[in-house]
Amino acid sequence: MSRKPFKRSYRAAGLILALLVFLLLPRFLSPAWLGVTNDVGLYAVLALSLNIILGNCGLFHMGHAAFYAVGAYTAAILNTMYGIPILWLMPVAGLLSAIFALIVARPIIHLRGDYLLVVTIGIVEIVRIALVNDVFGLTGGSNGIFGISRPVLFGFRISRPQHFHYLIWGYVAISAFLFHLLDNSRFGRALKYIKQDEVAAEGNGINTTHYKQAAFVLGAFWAGMTGTIFAAKMTIISPESFSFWESVLLFAIVILGGSGNIFGVLLGAFLIIGLPEAFRDFADARMLIFGAAMMVMMIFRPKGILPPRMRHYNVQSLLGRFPQIINRHISGDTENRQPQSAGDAS
Amino acid sequence: MSLLRLNNLTKTFGGLVAVAGVSFTVSEGSVVGLIGPNGAGKTTVFNLITGNYKPDSGEIFFGDRSIKNLPTHKIVELGIARTFQSIRLFQEMTAIENVLAGCHCRMRSGLFSSMFHTPGQRLEERKALERAMRELAFVGLEDEHDNQAKNLSYGNQRLLEIARALATEPRFIILDEPAGSMNDPETAELIRLIMAIRKRGITILLIEHDMGLVMKVCEKLVVLEYGAVIAEGTPAEIKANPRVIEAYLGADSGEI
Amino acid sequence: MEEFFLQLTNGLAVGGIYALIALGYTMVYGVLKLINFAHGDLFAMGAYLGFTLLVSLGLAGTLGKVAAVLLVIALVMGMVALVGYLLERVAYRPLRNSSRLSAVVSALGASIFFQNALMLVYGARYQVYPGDLRPEGFFNVMGVEIPTVRLILFGASVLLMLALYWLINKTRIGMAIRAVAIDQRAARLMGIDVNRIIALVFLIGPALGGVAGVMVGLYYGQIRYDMSLLYGLKAFIAAILGGIGNIPGAMIGGVLLGVIEALGAAYISVAWKDAIAFLVLILILIFRPTGLLGERVADKL
Repeated sequence: MSRKPFKRSYRAAGLILALLVFLLLPRFLSPAWLGVTNDVGLYAVLALSLNIILGNCGLFHMGHAAFYAVGAYTAAILNTMYGIPILWLMPVAGLLSAIFALIVARPIIHLRGDYLLVVTIGIVEIVRIALVNDVFGLTGGSNGIFGISRPVLFGFRISRPQHFHYLIWGYVAISAFLFHLLDNSRFGRALKYIKQDEVAAEGNGINTTHYKQAAFVLGAFWAGMTGTIFAAKMTIISPESFSFWESVLLFAIVILGGSGNIFGVLLGAFLIIGLPEAFRDFADARMLIFGAAMMVMMIFRPKGILPPRMRHYNVQSLLGRFPQIINRHISGDTENRQPQSAGDAS
Repeated sequence: MSLLRLNNLTKTFGGLVAVAGVSFTVSEGSVVGLIGPNGAGKTTVFNLITGNYKPDSGEIFFGDRSIKNLPTHKIVELGIARTFQSIRLFQEMTAIENVLAGCHCRMRSGLFSSMFHTPGQRLEERKALERAMRELAFVGLEDEHDNQAKNLSYGNQRLLEIARALATEPRFIILDEPAGSMNDPETAELIRLIMAIRKRGITILLIEHDMGLVMKVCEKLVVLEYGAVIAEGTPAEIKANPRVIEAYLGADSGEI
Repeated sequence: MEEFFLQLTNGLAVGGIYALIALGYTMVYGVLKLINFAHGDLFAMGAYLGFTLLVSLGLAGTLGKVAAVLLVIALVMGMVALVGYLLERVAYRPLRNSSRLSAVVSALGASIFFQNALMLVYGARYQVYPGDLRPEGFFNVMGVEIPTVRLILFGASVLLMLALYWLINKTRIGMAIRAVAIDQRAARLMGIDVNRIIALVFLIGPALGGVAGVMVGLYYGQIRYDMSLLYGLKAFIAAILGGIGNIPGAMIGGVLLGVIEALGAAYISVAWKDAIAFLVLILILIFRPTGLLGERVADKL
């Protein structure tokens, strides 16, 4: 009981610190380093969106780069062909990714873990091959699309790394907050039940097919929106940016960081995207080390560096708020049972 | 009036006939026991009713509605809840979060309101939490609400499964060996609980090997052997039925 | 018609290679119910070890070409089998009792590890196999000139598959492997050393994969560290096509996939060649998830 106020102030201090870092970081970091933290931010949002599917719902999805690609290409094509401002395209790109996810997820959603993994790898490969082959004559083949315009926010043109810092990390913060709210809701719980025991979830009235599909659609929507920011940041996109290895990186971020834990995923993004930049010599060997880390982690810490925490429901405050209802029922039920048991025994 | 009616239900796995033309009814408000030797197909009948398996032939009516082609979650929504023979709780979650799973199908919040915690969503969450707490209290686990399911005793895990099932607001509840791995005082408590569930107007169908419990709580028994119904009647009739004594009770007649 | 036969033999040669790799997936799946994602990398490792042995030892000069290739294949089989054995001990055995998905992640980690180890050792560029080892010449079948190398490759993979088929179906060890695949606990009760059988499967599967690696090197003349990904995935698709866990299924699935791919590339589109296998995979999983020879099993609740 006495721990709680302390914990709350602890959390508030953390938030203020994060806000200060967010506001002041561009003062202390060189543009090159801001480029790195911006990359970390983009991967962080992508990993958070994958976390909905892989971490919360437990679906082994290794084709997230496909959704990211659909979003980025949608934004790039509409921007370069019709000149629509890139930030306006975020919801459009998200929606198209979501529709794509809906179509591809429908027939494969019932597949078991490892099968799903391979099929999603197949989807990301098919998308990449389609992009290289200039499908519909829109994607520019292996050269990709260039000349994507910079985002403009309230009349301000975002072009330098320190500008993108605020855009990307603001987006990270909003995404993380919304996903946090989602975790603590009917929808978020349904995904967690499915991850723990699909048969029991379905057996207790949860439409598992619907929720698994919804997880895919939501994750794809967010990946598509993130693709828009990526396109705006790079001004040029090509199929290489959406290879199978991007999917593997995202997968590793979620699994190693802590699948189902938002802080774990953010930490994973820093470790896997940021750390190799800090140790350039190590960059070549980074996948080697992640591979080894994945093996070791599964033996010693299978739920990642920061495993999802058990959710505690504060029933006490609820009891305080509705004392008459709850207390009556609790005592009422126990009273009801006592005489009955007595009657039974006689 | 019969709440549940099975009509000539058949299910085979590969060449093995697990359920062969089973028919029986459960009338509203009653407690019915499904008994029979191991491997007689009892749990398969349960899985057919709850839609986990699809029958090869035959019909299942709930009220006057055929439910044999409905997905499991729809059947739960219609008012059939179940517990599992091998306990299937969400082991990593707290007791109350387990019960909240049962509340899910009576809640309405969608993706949008879940993500933005709209006032309606928050009200619904509070009500669900109340309801979950009420069901926990009903089975006597209110003090365990914040404990992880896997840390509960087996007996309490079975009770928690019942609370979770009750949270779906069922008209009909199916209990698969509820007294499994319970000791005597726990079983006595369970008998009282089953009576209390019945008093709430919920119809009960149960599989149980503990004959003491079955004889005490059930007003009707259905005996299954090799996937077929061999006898049906009141506990007294079943006890006296020579076919049952020969086919089933002969093996461990000491229990009766 | 000539085009068709050329593509068909090409498909058979590649299909034989897919089948050899697919056997490793399907055997491991049979005994452990695990997709050994690192299997494709063991195959790539075989290709690289073969490359090193052929180039650095210069065996072809002293032993003659045929003997050199056969010796190298034998050495590669042994070495890759050893790596497969170590992989099982280090990455999979400690996870035998944890969740299936933990083992899948570990397998994925092993795959990433091996692939990048190959890249660090050999570099990211293509490595070229000694060109003079590849059998040249053509074989005339009904007026169609078919490259001999294709027939040799297909013949070699069929021979290896027959040997495996004999081992699995006609020997005591094979019977033990089948028993472990059906029910580990019962097999243990019958006095079978399950750990030894699993280790054995991790020797045989990678050995066949290693041979396939050398065959790809000889056939195409060049290898690259990331070949494991496409070959591995395609062989896995072949295993699913035939029915995962089913040994004849993997053989048929591999050859079939090779032929479908070669004909698809020739008559539909070369650019989409690599997408064909994935399309086959998605279709098979939608319409017949148990594969061609697999039997439908009820999910246990």
